[in-house]
Amino acid sequence: MVLLQIDFGIIIEKLVLIAAIITGSLVIAMYATYGERKVAAVLQDRRGPNRAGPMGILQPLADGLKLFMKEEIIPNTSNKFLFIMGPSLAMLTAMMTSAVIPWGNEIHINMLGIDRHVSLQIADINIGVLFIFGVVSMGVYGIMIGGWASNNKFSLMAAMRGASQVISYELAMGISLIALLMLTGTLSMKTIVEQQMAGNWNIFYQPLGFLIFLICAFAECNRAPFDLPEAENELNFGYHQEYSSMKLGFYLFAEYINMFISSVIMATLFFGGYDVPFIDESTLSVNVAALIGIISLLIKTVIFIFIFMWVRWTLPRFRYDQLMNLGWKNLIPLALFNMFVTGAVILWRQG
Amino acid sequence: MSTTEILFWFLSALALAGATMVLISKNPIHSILWLIVVFFAISGHYVLLNAQFLAIVNIIVYAGAIMVLFLFVVMLMNLNSDTEPQKNNWLKIAGAISGGSLMLIMVDVVRSAAELQNKTAMVKEGNIGLIKNLGKVLFTDYIVPFEIASVLFLSAMVGAVVIGKKESGEPANM
Repeated sequence: MVLLQIDFGIIIEKLVLIAAIITGSLVIAMYATYGERKVAAVLQDRRGPNRAGPMGILQPLADGLKLFMKEEIIPNTSNKFLFIMGPSLAMLTAMMTSAVIPWGNEIHINMLGIDRHVSLQIADINIGVLFIFGVVSMGVYGIMIGGWASNNKFSLMAAMRGASQVISYELAMGISLIALLMLTGTLSMKTIVEQQMAGNWNIFYQPLGFLIFLICAFAECNRAPFDLPEAENELNFGYHQEYSSMKLGFYLFAEYINMFISSVIMATLFFGGYDVPFIDESTLSVNVAALIGIISLLIKTVIFIFIFMWVRWTLPRFRYDQLMNLGWKNLIPLALFNMFVTGAVILWRQG
Repeated sequence: MSTTEILFWFLSALALAGATMVLISKNPIHSILWLIVVFFAISGHYVLLNAQFLAIVNIIVYAGAIMVLFLFVVMLMNLNSDTEPQKNNWLKIAGAISGGSLMLIMVDVVRSAAELQNKTAMVKEGNIGLIKNLGKVLFTDYIVPFEIASVLFLSAMVGAVVIGKKESGEPANM
């Protein structure tokens, strides 16, 4: 008797894909910490980590081990459950966004009697871009709950700063994307990439929108020059001041995963995703096309991650009122202007 | 039972349990977090009705924006169970009775509404909640209410700016 009509093949396929993507993002985020320190070292004329392994390549493992080995301290006056939930939520929302990103077109498995076409996207939902916004708006809770549960006024203030920063820049980010969505006419990430494979990359039509999106992505990830929530010299350490051991590690790590995921989103929305320029993928075999597609997406992503780091070690931190002024008084009007111009051009071209 | 039915019962139980927890938790922060759980369960129901756009907008607007503001206010007011005023038991009973009567009336109105007789929800099918249809309907059939609602939002925004505006004598920083 069959109780549930479920295609087990698709469950296994998706589970493998999810496991691969989560492992991949964790490893990339891990090496982003190493990359960050190396980039900082180069920009500041130092050597950077070079003790653990050749060129310091094992440094992230050593850092992780150190965090795991440290004593886990939960403050007496904190709210225990929420104190643990804060970093978990930060990590969860950081990982969830990767569900709607198309990492490649599809691969064709034909062995051991299995003949399947496996799409390299966990879920191709028709509201892909909105899903990302939903998850990003959930990301605020990780910061707020963690800051509040610590029962420390500096943590709380930093959490408030972080949350209001994320909310403010979400607006400009959304409006800059509306212009892009008016051009593409779809919310599905996969369709957006396919349109770019057929025509030009969206960056050529939306340079201003991309710039606004990039600035907002810096702010959303709480990266310098917008790292007010963790301003060391003003708020001691920020919303994770009371955290120690791997719970602190989760917060710091979630930041790197966010950075990786937002780089992937920028590459997907504006730079053609898994599209390789000057190559017609349809002439290649499916698996080869998927492979070079993934490599191309990862190269674009690494370039964006490098820009994130470059900016962090070049620009000084904004003051809080400057940050809010930039978001509300410059970026939002600019994004609205971009939206109106795009709409006008679309109407004009339609005649 | 099909997977859809299992999901439906699970989400309904989650929504009801979450709503109950909103009422009975002592700590206002916990109430807000349970309310977020309720919104997620309701979004799950929207997905079951194939209204993905409504589901995600529910999460973005209610769970993502309005609840964050609630959290802001509650966290900064520093409410907790000690400072909460103890209410009279008679008040609680009176509230329960009046609220229960209101719920009975609502249930009866919904049950006896002629438009809802002999109708079942279209689970997993139907496309009225998809963004394309919703956009078309909003900008053709319901254009007047839609525009009126946007004027309402504009006036609310202007009101917020006026209230939030600093007096000229105040210092300029936060």
